[in-house]
Amino acid sequence: MKDGILVFVEQNGGKLDRVAWEALAAGQKLAAELGCEVSCVVLGKSAAAAGQQLASARVAQVCVGEAEPLVSYTPDGYALALKEIIQTLEPAWVVFNHTYQVRDFAPKLAASLGGGLASDCVGYRVENQRVTLLRQAFQGKFACEVELTGPAPHFVSFQAGVFREDSVERQSESAPVRTFEISIAPGQVRTRPEEPFREAKQSVDLTQAEMIVAVGRGIKGPEGLETVGKLAEALGAEIAASRPVCDNGWLPMDRQVGSSGQTVAPKLYLALGISGAIQHQVGMKGSHTIVAVNKDAEAPIFEVATYGIVGDLFEVVGPLIEEIKKLKASG
Amino acid sequence: MKIAVALKQVPTRDALLRLSESKSWIEERDVSFEVNEPDAYALEEALQLKEKHGGEVVVCSLGPPRVQQAIKEALAKGADRAIHFEDTQFTQLDANGTATVLSKVLESERPDLVLTGLQSDDLGYAQTGVILAERLGYPHATIVMEIQIDGEKLRVKRELEAGWFQWVSMPLPALLTIQSGINKPRYASLRGIMQAKSKPISKVTAGELGLGSEDLSPKQNIVRLYVPERKSNTEFLQGSAQQMAAQLVDKLRNEARVL
Ligand SMILES: Cc1cc2nc3c(=O)[nH]c(=O)nc-3n(C[C@H](O)[C@H](O)[C@H](O)COP(=O)(O)OP(=O)(O)OC[C@H]3O[C@@H](n4cnc5c(N)ncnc54)[C@H](O)[C@@H]3O)c2cc1C
Repeated sequence: MKDGILVFVEQNGGKLDRVAWEALAAGQKLAAELGCEVSCVVLGKSAAAAGQQLASARVAQVCVGEAEPLVSYTPDGYALALKEIIQTLEPAWVVFNHTYQVRDFAPKLAASLGGGLASDCVGYRVENQRVTLLRQAFQGKFACEVELTGPAPHFVSFQAGVFREDSVERQSESAPVRTFEISIAPGQVRTRPEEPFREAKQSVDLTQAEMIVAVGRGIKGPEGLETVGKLAEALGAEIAASRPVCDNGWLPMDRQVGSSGQTVAPKLYLALGISGAIQHQVGMKGSHTIVAVNKDAEAPIFEVATYGIVGDLFEVVGPLIEEIKKLKASG
Repeated sequence: MKIAVALKQVPTRDALLRLSESKSWIEERDVSFEVNEPDAYALEEALQLKEKHGGEVVVCSLGPPRVQQAIKEALAKGADRAIHFEDTQFTQLDANGTATVLSKVLESERPDLVLTGLQSDDLGYAQTGVILAERLGYPHATIVMEIQIDGEKLRVKRELEAGWFQWVSMPLPALLTIQSGINKPRYASLRGIMQAKSKPISKVTAGELGLGSEDLSPKQNIVRLYVPERKSNTEFLQGSAQQMAAQLVDKLRNEARVL
């Protein structure tokens, strides 16, 4: 294992989500290019069950870390356990998916081992055993290549969707499972998590909407919502929003689309004044037809839009309402 | 209660950015800067906690002289004093370097609570706060949407994916990274702006912290920045607003068949 790749796999009650397999796919690809071994590690309650599933993948070994303080996720517990496993295995690279859990502990883990973490990467390149990582910068306006310096281990987390879960290579023989008895003293875990929950008053189910008119910060303020409401009405669409619109209280939180809001896939998603940050895109890019109206022709929303209008949304919405009414009137 | 807030300045949202000659950063001339959005929420949270529990709010910012503007704004909103980390050695630090610098002062300040934004709108590493917690030996929580303090006990609501949340308790002192939307940031009042003029801003250099270039050498190097090639299959409509609206409705009906 020394100088190989170790993939951290996030599990949830023994279940492995898409991101878990994506992380594994990333590790396998990187290992193939670097010509080294890939192993994976899973922690927590039901880690053994998750480990069994992982053993079907083509990996050198599956490491399972179980200890009483790892029953629920805590940044202290996970960082301590992984530190011990990494110090034993001495991998050259530790690979993650950039989930909210990983964001919470990976920088701590890397810092505790004196390593660098390239976070939220969207790609990589290997040349003569040198790994260059690709990230977004300035809210997607630029791409950025980074290199990790200093001695191994190096840490990298990839954005969801960069690797495909179905590209994970399997093997017929089960990979060996190695269990680590992690010794964590109770006092070392300082945070106490409660059960995850959803806000009860999630009154709008945007996932069922056939049409969605979504507004972003380009709407400028709550005043702008009136005409947009008329457009939604003409279309028979639900109104949704990007995060800043909800943060500012212009629309309630349960209208938010994106990584921390709802994930929708309507027939028509009309994005008005939304830049198309990755956290928004993950919530809507599965829509059948996407229309984007944005005054900035370079806005990332145009990476996923079917039809685009470069212009001021306030000039476009009025005529659009008229045209839709005309169409509806003509049957 | 002593609360430290880490503030970063980033280019304003609609700034037209150009690459610098080195192609590893942006040309900062002609660009206007503002407080990183989640940091502004962190500051507001600190001010509200101070109003509730008493104590002081100390603002910490690394950067060239331009960050004085962000510092003054924070003081005008109600922060009590500021520490400006200004040194050419502090330009272009990675998250590790920034956390190292901040930790040097905060180790002796020993605030009860450190608040940072959850990530910055420029490089978006989302690491500085968490590494700072590790350096200070503080417990931490990220992506925080609500804070409750009861004596020495802290209980915070973390945002998870897809509309899920989770409460987490921990002892003070602690570090939290704040998500935007946690509160409604205030504007500075005229009185606040006047008062800010007499509030102390201490300047700190690398030398004073006993930090050499080795301590600050990056673990992560920017090789280059560039304008990405946009992979877009978007069909852009042309003409007047009226014409584009008509074309769009026609296409949605006859091409996409969604109307
Ligand atoms: C952990 C985390 C979770 C997040 N979760 C979510 C989430 O669930 N959902 C979400 O949406 N975001 C989320 N975000 C925030 C996300 O990163 C972006 O900041 C956000 O999506 C930007 O919203 P926006 O496009 O409305 O605003 P901006 O990025 O400010 O874009 C506004 C756009 O409007 C355009 N515009 C301005 N005026 C006009 C006009 N008159 N006519 C036409 N166009 C105009 C501008 O050109 C610009 O492109 C999250 C961030 C983090 C860090």
